[in-house]
Amino acid sequence: MEYTILILLLPFVSFLLLGLAGMKLRPVVAGAIGTAVLAVVTVLSYTTAYEYFAAGRDAAGVFPTLIPWNTVWLPIAGDLHIDLGVLLDPISVMMLVVISTVSLMVHIYSLGYMKGERGFQRYYAFLSLFTMSMMGLVVATNIFQMYLFWELVGVSSYLLIGFYYTKPEAIAASKKAFIVTRFADLGFLVGILVYGYYAGTFAFTPAASTLAAAGAMIPLALGLMFIGGAGKSAMFPLHIWLPDAMEGPTPVSALIHAATMVVAGVYLVARMFPLFIGYAPEVLHWTAYIGAFTALYAAVVACVQSDIKRVLAFSTISQIGFMIVALGVCTSNDPHTGGLGYMASMFHLFTHAMFKALLFLGAGAIIHAVHSNEMSTMGGLRKYMPLTHITFLVACLAIAGIWPFSGFFSKDEILTACFAFSPVMGWVMTAIAGLTAFYMFRLYYGIFWGRENRELHAAHTPHEAPFSMTLPLLVLAAVTCVAGFIPFGRFVSADGLAYTIHIDGGVATISLSVAVVAIALATWMYAREKQPVADRLAERFSGLHRAAYHRFYIDEIYQFITHRVIFACISTPIAWFDRHVVDGFLNLLASATNGAACLIREMQSGSVQRYCIWFLGGALGLTILILLIC
Amino acid sequence: MDYTTIFPLMRAELTLTAILILLFLYDLLAGKRGRRWFSAVACGLLAVQVAVNLIPGPEGELFGGMFRYAAMDGVVKSVLSIGALIVCLQADQWLQREDTCHKQGEFYILTLSTLLGMYFMISAGHFLLFFIGLELASVPMACLVAFDKYKHHSAEAGAKYILCALFSSGLMLFGISFFYGTTGTLYFDDMAARLTGSPLEIMSMVFFFSGLGFKISLVPFHLWTADAYQGAPTTVTSYLSVVSKAAAAFVLFTTLVKVFAPLVEEWQTLLWVVTVLSITVANLFALRQRDLKRFMAFSSISQAGYIMLAVIGGSAQGMTSLVFYVLVYLAANLAVFGVLSTVEQHSGGKVSLEDYNGFYRTNPRLAVMMMLALFSLAGIPPFAGFFSKFFVFAAAFRAGFYVLVFIALLNTVISLYYYLLIVKAMFITPSDEPIAAFRCDGYTRLSLALCMAGVLLLGVVSAVYDGINAFAFGL
Repeated sequence: MEYTILILLLPFVSFLLLGLAGMKLRPVVAGAIGTAVLAVVTVLSYTTAYEYFAAGRDAAGVFPTLIPWNTVWLPIAGDLHIDLGVLLDPISVMMLVVISTVSLMVHIYSLGYMKGERGFQRYYAFLSLFTMSMMGLVVATNIFQMYLFWELVGVSSYLLIGFYYTKPEAIAASKKAFIVTRFADLGFLVGILVYGYYAGTFAFTPAASTLAAAGAMIPLALGLMFIGGAGKSAMFPLHIWLPDAMEGPTPVSALIHAATMVVAGVYLVARMFPLFIGYAPEVLHWTAYIGAFTALYAAVVACVQSDIKRVLAFSTISQIGFMIVALGVCTSNDPHTGGLGYMASMFHLFTHAMFKALLFLGAGAIIHAVHSNEMSTMGGLRKYMPLTHITFLVACLAIAGIWPFSGFFSKDEILTACFAFSPVMGWVMTAIAGLTAFYMFRLYYGIFWGRENRELHAAHTPHEAPFSMTLPLLVLAAVTCVAGFIPFGRFVSADGLAYTIHIDGGVATISLSVAVVAIALATWMYAREKQPVADRLAERFSGLHRAAYHRFYIDEIYQFITHRVIFACISTPIAWFDRHVVDGFLNLLASATNGAACLIREMQSGSVQRYCIWFLGGALGLTILILLIC
Repeated sequence: MDYTTIFPLMRAELTLTAILILLFLYDLLAGKRGRRWFSAVACGLLAVQVAVNLIPGPEGELFGGMFRYAAMDGVVKSVLSIGALIVCLQADQWLQREDTCHKQGEFYILTLSTLLGMYFMISAGHFLLFFIGLELASVPMACLVAFDKYKHHSAEAGAKYILCALFSSGLMLFGISFFYGTTGTLYFDDMAARLTGSPLEIMSMVFFFSGLGFKISLVPFHLWTADAYQGAPTTVTSYLSVVSKAAAAFVLFTTLVKVFAPLVEEWQTLLWVVTVLSITVANLFALRQRDLKRFMAFSSISQAGYIMLAVIGGSAQGMTSLVFYVLVYLAANLAVFGVLSTVEQHSGGKVSLEDYNGFYRTNPRLAVMMMLALFSLAGIPPFAGFFSKFFVFAAAFRAGFYVLVFIALLNTVISLYYYLLIVKAMFITPSDEPIAAFRCDGYTRLSLALCMAGVLLLGVVSAVYDGINAFAFGL
């Protein structure tokens, strides 16, 4: 399966082509090239997945880990070396399918959405770069390669968030995203170095003896790596960049900030899962607590946001929290006894990528129609945009966890895993799932039903999006309808053996009824033209409402710490020292150098006789010097 | 004597001689119209020559040890040929000028003669052949410096160059004669075995060293450099600053290691002093230059000092880093001179720093290339110059010259300052009358593209360094 390397190379070539020669191409051609390359990559990914799973299990009953392509890139010392290659195992193959599907949809969608934008070619170049980096991240054969591509996705995300570089908010958002994730990546890097030092390798499967000898350093390394993952996956308190990242073009939000890049942290934990379970189960459980808190926090905030992309952003943070929780509640490698969460997490990653991309692309179509992100400009859009309405509803039902949409199945597995871990965790997560259903339907009614902004719609009638934009919506909606019936456990499970998913009747009943109640509540509060209950509640709990609307002032706390504490108390004195003491010393050196240059000017007089005297004198002088010294 | 071994061992010399003869005939027989293709013919032949010599052949010696061929010699000769090729590419636009086009044949023949001299110098196993090679490399060079002989400054530069060259040759020959007196031989191998380290021999060694120091332009043997560089036609200056210097530096390394190995302590002290002087004095002078050709003269003197860092340890690692440094320096320096020369041709002789104000606005591509080349010269990562500097520092550090490396590092800061002065002029300082926008010809573009490939790729592609390293030898 050597051709898998093409999955990385083709988007890279497309990036180089569009990046270097894009401005010479017509936008249509550039878009066509980018999309065509991605189509080929998608076909290759599907072929890889088919061949990989069709090749079957080995004697032990697990899908073998294949490395069809590998090269030693940087030998460091002894056995420690950094490789670049392609690693295929169930989760990396699954990710290839997810990334290529969503990316292809986004490529097609952007043909319509970004039409006529300045820098259309640049946009496609960045999309190609991102796809290449994300693919490289998931097929990494070792943690260091993963880190390299990890940074590359960070860069592409930065470039794409700041795509509208004339907009100050976009620039601020891109900087924020980059700095926050880089800050977290510092933890990741230190973790990798600690890991490399104590495990003696950067590979994912070090020898058990070295790990045992390393003692407490492996949990430390894994914990540090999780900080990197938490930054990318927007776990509390490193989540602050994701809502702002919505300043980027909406298809980008769908691809990077909903479906693929933000789940890199989940993927990282899943990748290191055997080590977490084997050597650091308590660190793993801590990630579960962080994930649960994040899920709760984001769900509460999502209930009161008015910008539809912000709602979706917080919903993403909350759902990633679910995935992290699912991984974190695992207590063993066996899906039958405590290891179910691994499969559930990957399953939810898969289904979530599809329906969240669908939600974002739908939101993009809506924004395209009303030219605003604010819910107040919408309402009653179901009449104008039937296709978008139906597909958006499908996605909402899926995320709310209604049978038979895909979200029901994966969320049910997560809740089952949580209940198996502890009843408290199970009930908390069920409650958050209810909140999810509530805020998603608040959003849904706010856009398609509810209070219609007739003035605005009369001035500018919203219309359905072009075919290039509705096609991806339909495809993703279809996937969302059927993905739940994929026997996911047959492909991915914690110990690699085939696992048959069975729906836990009790958990399913609880979660379904909570979801239905939440949806009913949302319908009662938001579906009608007048919304007295919602308004009254907002007034009654105005303090809480305002706090939640301002995301509980987390951004302000960051602002305070960075500006008032770090900048004012640490940076300013250092800057003064640098300006006056360090620079002063260097200025002194510079003037001394200049003075010396003046003094020796006479040497270069232009007279050949002088030159010869210097020449001979120099030679004799050097001779005498050597005789004296040696 | 087995004549069949002559070709494989003297491949580079024989092919170059053949090219010289061919070009001479072409110059005689081609009419006025044929002359127009002179550059194409010369560059094509040189490219073939480079290709033929790129693969290292078997090692061995000829004529009773007078001529020796080691694989590393082949590498260095190829590097020099590539340098000469790029210079020839850049020469075309200057040679097509009204006043020089009738004598363009001379340019190529003189240039290639000096190259042949350097080849012999590199492969010599006997001081006589060595000296003949050295003179073959110097005398035509004087003609080249004075190529624009009706221009006052070129003629003056030529006169200064030939006088200084004669003086240094004389001193060197004086030193060699003392060696003959004390050891009774001129063969490298025999002499190495018979050196005793008496004061007379030490003085002779310094005299010998001064001769090569003159060619490499090390302080205090550098004084001719600024005047000759400024006066000579720009293309000749670039040849002088790169190819001639590189050959002499390599020869210095091999003679010190092969012949003067018994005097290692003495020549290490000598190099220590000379290196510090070269880097520091040249940097101090460079700071105040306004004429870019003169500026590049001092820059090349300080670069020569850095090259000496590779020599001082005398190790195999030092030799690799020397050849690598020379290769990288060649790419960057020829890029700078390529831009200088093409600007000079298109703007009616503008070469001062002020003329380059606002250059980026009118000629962005050339400005960016110049900037990258200057970054490489200053040693800023990720350009090739960073890696080459790193390797020479590592070689000297490994040999235990910590203080020297520290002084050299300090000097890189100063050099960064003056290289950035040019970048600042090009990109930041505004100008009322910047150099007008122009298109340069195909030859220049090709040469600049080659140089840029070197600046950008040499450091990153580790195969180059490893390839050179395979042939290195030392004390």
